[in-house]
Amino acid sequence: MSVVTVQLGQCGNQVGQELFDVVCTDVREGPRKTYSAASCERFFYQTTHGDLTARAVLIDMEPKVINQSMTKAAKSGRWKYGDTSHFSQKQGSGNNWANGYCVHGPRHREVVEELVRREVERCDRLSGFMAMMSVAGGTGSGVGTYVTQCLRDIYPKSFILNHLTWPYGTGEVIVQNYNSVLTLAHLYQLSDAILVHENDTVHRICSQLLKIKHISFSDVNRVIAHQLGSVLQPALTADSHGVYSRNPLGIDWQVRPPSGSERTRSVTGGSFNASVANLLVLRGKDVYSAETGGFEDPTLYTSWLSAEEAFNLWKSPVPFNKYEKSATLVSNSQALLKPLDNMVAKAWNMFASRAYIHQYVKFGISEEDFLDNFTSLEQVISSYSELC
Amino acid sequence: MTQSVVVQVGQAGNQVGCRFWDLALREHAHVNKKGLYDEALSSFFRNVDSRRSDGRACGVGGRIQHLKARAVLVDMEEGVVNEILQGPLGEVFDSTQLLTDVSGSGNNWAVGHMTYGLAYREQIVDHLRKAAEHCDCLQCFFLIHSMGGGTGSGLGTRVLSLLEEEFPEVCRIVTSIYPSAEDDVITSPYNSVLAMRELTEHADCVLPVENQSLVDIVNKIKRMSHTGKPGSMIKRDSTIISGQGGLTRAEKPFDDMNNIVANLLLNITSSARFDGSLNMDLNEIAMNLVPFPRLHYLVPSLTPLYTLTDVSVPTRRLDQMFSDAFSKDHQLIRADPKHSLYLACALMVRGQVQVSDLRRNIERLKPSLPFVSWNQEGWKTGLCSVSPVGHSHSLLALANNTCVKPTFMELRERFTKLYRKKAHLHHYLHVDGMEQSCFSEAISSLSSLIEEYHHLDATKGKMMPDAPRLGIAR
Repeated sequence: MSVVTVQLGQCGNQVGQELFDVVCTDVREGPRKTYSAASCERFFYQTTHGDLTARAVLIDMEPKVINQSMTKAAKSGRWKYGDTSHFSQKQGSGNNWANGYCVHGPRHREVVEELVRREVERCDRLSGFMAMMSVAGGTGSGVGTYVTQCLRDIYPKSFILNHLTWPYGTGEVIVQNYNSVLTLAHLYQLSDAILVHENDTVHRICSQLLKIKHISFSDVNRVIAHQLGSVLQPALTADSHGVYSRNPLGIDWQVRPPSGSERTRSVTGGSFNASVANLLVLRGKDVYSAETGGFEDPTLYTSWLSAEEAFNLWKSPVPFNKYEKSATLVSNSQALLKPLDNMVAKAWNMFASRAYIHQYVKFGISEEDFLDNFTSLEQVISSYSELC
Repeated sequence: MTQSVVVQVGQAGNQVGCRFWDLALREHAHVNKKGLYDEALSSFFRNVDSRRSDGRACGVGGRIQHLKARAVLVDMEEGVVNEILQGPLGEVFDSTQLLTDVSGSGNNWAVGHMTYGLAYREQIVDHLRKAAEHCDCLQCFFLIHSMGGGTGSGLGTRVLSLLEEEFPEVCRIVTSIYPSAEDDVITSPYNSVLAMRELTEHADCVLPVENQSLVDIVNKIKRMSHTGKPGSMIKRDSTIISGQGGLTRAEKPFDDMNNIVANLLLNITSSARFDGSLNMDLNEIAMNLVPFPRLHYLVPSLTPLYTLTDVSVPTRRLDQMFSDAFSKDHQLIRADPKHSLYLACALMVRGQVQVSDLRRNIERLKPSLPFVSWNQEGWKTGLCSVSPVGHSHSLLALANNTCVKPTFMELRERFTKLYRKKAHLHHYLHVDGMEQSCFSEAISSLSSLIEEYHHLDATKGKMMPDAPRLGIAR
């Protein structure tokens, strides 16, 4: 089964290119033919000339980054992007979500839908979509949200995964908190799963774990690509019966909590973030003998779910990206609660003085819209806060 | 890539504009070694092949044939524009870009705005349209003018409102030269206040520049060059007042001051012209720096003013550059941002500077800079990899800060001194279309602008409680 990736804006296109690169390299290194075949199937197709081509659509409102990504890919000699699988304009979105969502999105809807449709038709079986974007700017966030909405409209039964990059806390863009709030509130209604990387956290990984001295965005993007790749590459799941699961996005991320009366409050340990679901992916040496009992400790999970329901384990004996052994944890838990709360708090403070609002109203987003979006996110924060 | 058009109006506007084009050519020549007409050049220049009969410009990628500035030059006297055309820069403009008259505006805003504004309306719009049509994707108009006279101030602001009318979606960034208190034009307060109202209503961003600050900077640099202290030799041609290496040979009076303003424009457009790891487009400037539509006056600050020949430790020099950007010596208007309130601040860096250098310096400087409570992290940053001629790196800081309030209050006072006595008023009221209400509305607009800054100032230093969050029903 295949995944069609949509790369949006500068961040989406840069990270996307690194992801395909990591996957392609991994496939070449691996000695296992079934693993390589499965991986190739989900991310690439072969042209008549035998070129490995990414199942991807590249979108941006200005041309520089797409050009760079396509050139870098072609230079690798191992894979490339489709020659016509991209769309760009001349003038960016000016860090304005409203400009991206209300103006650029609708204006270019048909072209983008057509590009996506072509990729979908190339797939034997479509597993779903992955949209890659940042939340701080104007294109990735605004156009990205609009495109996600279009995908949801046209392919109502397909799985949509949004990969989001959150900006550094100390502003890169002054209105980043507004753009983030608007994006997240909308995606909550549209997306099946939102996978988040925070620049601050990845930056810390680069400096403290990888000991890189002068950290560049390339370094950051490669770490993100590595982590994403380790989740999306083929793995054996509990119900795939000894073969690589055909569905890379196939985990039921939707969890429906019981109604209020059934919830009990647990008094035990608050030192862990309460989880709603955890996915552990093990790759490489000793995967079959690894002891993972610790992840099934009930105190890790919210009281109304059992560890059996909430914990999933995938394995692959094939080492990933030259790491002899690796483990990746994808967690639906309170871990993002604090960053989300901070982001909403800052945006709300700014909104209280109505600063910058005229820039959004100019393009079609009203104060009412802002209030609706704040309300949605406060509900999300509330739901996550109550997990224990 | 997008294009921008420069509209220079009046004597000062054209003198500064002339320096801008000269230095722009110098900068591009420095970077563009192959003589190809690239995207960077096309942002401000067209490439015309005189052999082509259809007169249309050549697209990006070919060799440079004949560069033409994307500019419109307007003046109601011929002197300055003629001088430009007769000089080596004359080649860069053609007659369809010029609009001149002979009698001047007599330092009278009303003559510039009403009389000439009406008479030349169609021609102005025509010139602007032509310039716009030559652009593939026009992003910004840069208007350069002075506030104290008649043409730049009056006709210049008429052009500004025409720009808004005819091209509402194109950004308008205005560089305005404000008169000093000792200005020799008696009616400059009238002209300035009348023009201010137009700037407040019709500009997206204003970069105010005070003559006195330019004089101070020029003097400071000249003092440095003459100290002769060992270890403090200034590298040749590295000052921001130098026009060396440009087309124009002889340095005219005021060239050094005008070069500073020209450098301001070069730096603000650098990220739009050249590549970098963190591009800052022109439309991002207004988006991030203007939280309320009328509060769009940005204090510019340029460093370094010169490069010393002795190469000190790079990191220390880099950090010094950031500190200097927040020193009063480097500001283009006289004001005290550190003791007022920052609403937002942009740092446009050029040269080999890393994200980590940027972050380190912001962290270092933040504690001493008071930011408004709802924008504590109000920094917008850009990194352009191409450094300016003569420097290894440079920094332009644009601060939206309440420190402009005293400047505007002073202007209001000078206006009131004259207006109370009705001095020289008849010169204005005689002009067709001009009424007393123009004056009262203008001063009223200025007063309410001052009030808006005042309200924000009042929040300084107070612990503003966080706005209560929305409560969610269980």
